[in-house]
Amino acid sequence: MRIRVRFSKVGKVRFLSHRDLARIWERALRRTDVPVAYSVGFVPRPRLHFGLALATGAESWAEYLDIDIDPDRVDQLAPLDELAVKLGDALPVGVEVLAIGPVVPGSPSLQESVTSCGWSIAFAELPPDLAASAVERALAASELPVTRERKGRSVTDDLRPQLRSLQALSGAVHPVHPEDPWATAPGDEAGSTIVAELGTQPRTVRPSELVAVLDPGTTWPDGRVRRLYQWIAHEDGRREPLVAPPSPWARTEVRAS
Amino acid sequence: MTSIWPQLEPVLARVEKPARYIGCEDGAQTPSHDPSLVAWLLLYPDTYEIGLPNQGLQILYEILNERDDATAERSYAPWTDLEAELRRTGLPLFSVDTHRPAGEFDVMAFNLSAELVFTNLLNCIDLAGVPVRAADRRPEHPLVFAGGHCTYNPEPLADFVDAFVLGDGEEVIGEMTDVLRGWKASGKTEGSRQGVLRELAKVPGVYVPSLYDVAYDGPAIVAVTPLYPDVPERIEKRTVADLGQWPYPKNQLVPLTEVVHDRLNVEVFRGCTRGCRFCQAGMITRPVRERPADQVRKMVTEGIRRTGYDEVALTSLSTADFSGIERVVADIVGDPGGCGTSPVSVSLPSLRVDAFTVGIATEIQKARRTGLTFAPEAGTWRMRQVINKLIREEDLYGAVDAAFSQGWKRVKLYFLTGLPTETDEDTLGIAELARRCASIGQGYHQGASVTASIGGFVPKPFTPFQWFGQNTVTELQRKVNLLRDATRKVRGVDLKWHDPKATLVEGLLSRGDRRLGAVLERVWRAGGTFQEWSEHFALDRWLEAMAAEGLSVDWYVHRHRTEHEVLPWEHLSAGLHKDFLWQDWRDALEAVGLPDCRWTPCYDCGACTGYGIEHRVASATPPAGGSQGTGQDIAVGGEVPVRLLTGRPVSAGPR
Repeated sequence: MRIRVRFSKVGKVRFLSHRDLARIWERALRRTDVPVAYSVGFVPRPRLHFGLALATGAESWAEYLDIDIDPDRVDQLAPLDELAVKLGDALPVGVEVLAIGPVVPGSPSLQESVTSCGWSIAFAELPPDLAASAVERALAASELPVTRERKGRSVTDDLRPQLRSLQALSGAVHPVHPEDPWATAPGDEAGSTIVAELGTQPRTVRPSELVAVLDPGTTWPDGRVRRLYQWIAHEDGRREPLVAPPSPWARTEVRAS
Repeated sequence: MTSIWPQLEPVLARVEKPARYIGCEDGAQTPSHDPSLVAWLLLYPDTYEIGLPNQGLQILYEILNERDDATAERSYAPWTDLEAELRRTGLPLFSVDTHRPAGEFDVMAFNLSAELVFTNLLNCIDLAGVPVRAADRRPEHPLVFAGGHCTYNPEPLADFVDAFVLGDGEEVIGEMTDVLRGWKASGKTEGSRQGVLRELAKVPGVYVPSLYDVAYDGPAIVAVTPLYPDVPERIEKRTVADLGQWPYPKNQLVPLTEVVHDRLNVEVFRGCTRGCRFCQAGMITRPVRERPADQVRKMVTEGIRRTGYDEVALTSLSTADFSGIERVVADIVGDPGGCGTSPVSVSLPSLRVDAFTVGIATEIQKARRTGLTFAPEAGTWRMRQVINKLIREEDLYGAVDAAFSQGWKRVKLYFLTGLPTETDEDTLGIAELARRCASIGQGYHQGASVTASIGGFVPKPFTPFQWFGQNTVTELQRKVNLLRDATRKVRGVDLKWHDPKATLVEGLLSRGDRRLGAVLERVWRAGGTFQEWSEHFALDRWLEAMAAEGLSVDWYVHRHRTEHEVLPWEHLSAGLHKDFLWQDWRDALEAVGLPDCRWTPCYDCGACTGYGIEHRVASATPPAGGSQGTGQDIAVGGEVPVRLLTGRPVSAGPR
């Protein structure tokens, strides 16, 4: 049996690394007596599967973790809504359980199935007109070459086909509502926010790569990155790996502030 | 006091490993800052990764926060990249709990466990926006305190620290808070700083260096005398008589990011009377005070459940000496969290050198059996008699044989070089021991290896070796080279050594006096922080500072002291009688060993008799196996059986 958790990483804990988070989850699962399956081997490891790694310093409303349950101890697994509360108490402030549910047997892994991510990048000092014109230019371009180091060699990729949507909002505030980020464009806050959906197959496009394309002269300081969604594309559109009800989000925003 | 988090946050996005500055650990307190509370900032003057696990700091953090008249937060030395950002942006050093400026606390209290962090202490005071020299501080500045093993000779830091504390902190920290509460309530008026320090000096165990005058005759110290009649002539260390009264930390901090010793730690006893003559910890923490076994079990069970750790370390200076260690270990391995669901491993950080100990280790380290460490400390039996570490070669080979036969692939051996009376034969004995251990290992595994780790010996205050002139850098390097040549072609032996240049600076500060304050300040101003990190250590800075102050390295470090010389720590006391230490020094030179007084009659070192306290051990019988100071007939030798415990194995594989 496999269960899936959706969780946040907001506030001070945004400075945790992917590896730190993995260790925090291992301890939280031990503390809450979740009957996790262990790998066979010299050093047995709990069988946990994290989705796409999130950079140190980035926040998220949409992190996912799949947990394999020991088939011989499934009866020891607490009801999932109870477990969500217990896990919340065992996790640091800002890492909050937003949703929990069983995974349909035979489903592909998160890494394989997620096709794009929604991002928001808030710039406290970026004038909205500058952000808007950069977005317009990017959307009008037929290709957006981005160069990065891979195994010691410079590789140039075209980011344009991976850019599913792009928008500039005025005010350096991340969209709050999970269902409709576009509707909550902040009012008179200073700065700008870039909201984008970036593809993850065959290779994840990072928000920093998008910023490098939008701002080739690297003059935009201190963008704060937050992952809003992970999406799985299918024939009729797209869906989230696990939908979070709106209520816990507001709580997280308060606790993390 | 307000949090600087909003200003700090963009800065943290630009530094390495920012998670070490965010706090948020499980077990972290959310302190209230009511103005009536005495606000302590507890600092570890090294990186978060090294400082966070420090148990002393965590114990005091809990005790202070449990009081209704105090609040305590923590801080650690920022790494050089964050320091540069703080200086560039004008932000101060901060607490990690609520990110308040360090300079706004009533007290900045440092834990000092190594000499090479002394310049970091100056740097932290400066980053807090507080004058580094105590004499320049104003009423609004925090009081600067320090505790920990290095405060048994705090003289090099006398210019920078307002008050030092000697010994166990559990009780004295409350008595200090009582004094500070009155001072804070009185409004910290002009001149009150001297008043509160004078009051603190009356608290047993507290040493206020500015209240003492040091008289010199040329380079020699003539006397250290109190300036006022109500200031004690001699400061006695504090000792907690019964560890069972102090089951701390109750909520060990669980860091969110990787640190050293990242596991549950339960202190099983404090103090050690093995009597190893080079070991300051064993001398200054006497007598032996065991935690009751039931309390150990309870702390392990609750700790594992609360923290989610999968490893527990039973800590002390020699955990295999804990009365009934077999039973305690068997109980923990059998049912670690009281529920038996998850695999837990137990580690004993300081293994005694005998096969019995390996037997215990075998039982508890089923899951990760990679390397095992022993500390024979010296290469020949004669040398080990000099330092009173009475391990026979048979003990070592028995332990190593047991380790390799039980599946360990690597054995690490700790040695000291530059010991009193050491000859080249003694030094080369290290290579011979390592070679024989490796060949024992190769009888079991093709790739068996032995790492011999060599440290240069630094004589420490309040040990029988406090009179010994430390080896020069050249001499230590020559000895290392002898060993390197002797092990170069030996299969399975790796040699590692500590930089003799760093050993020199440790020696300088270990037995230095107040005149080294100016040297420390010069080294710090020249950028000499994080000196225990090899990439930041530079001996030249120290030598230049010594020369600029007209001080002789040779006089401070390499000179043998005489019996009646006034030592810089003469006015401090760890309870040990000076004539006991001197006699032990003479015995050392004669290669005469001294048995462990836990299991033999008292020889009145002073640590118990002077303070009206006693050993607290559950069993008056020496542990089985091995000769290491247990008073057994060391001439007989013979086989030491490996005894395996009955107990449920630590899990390997799925359940």
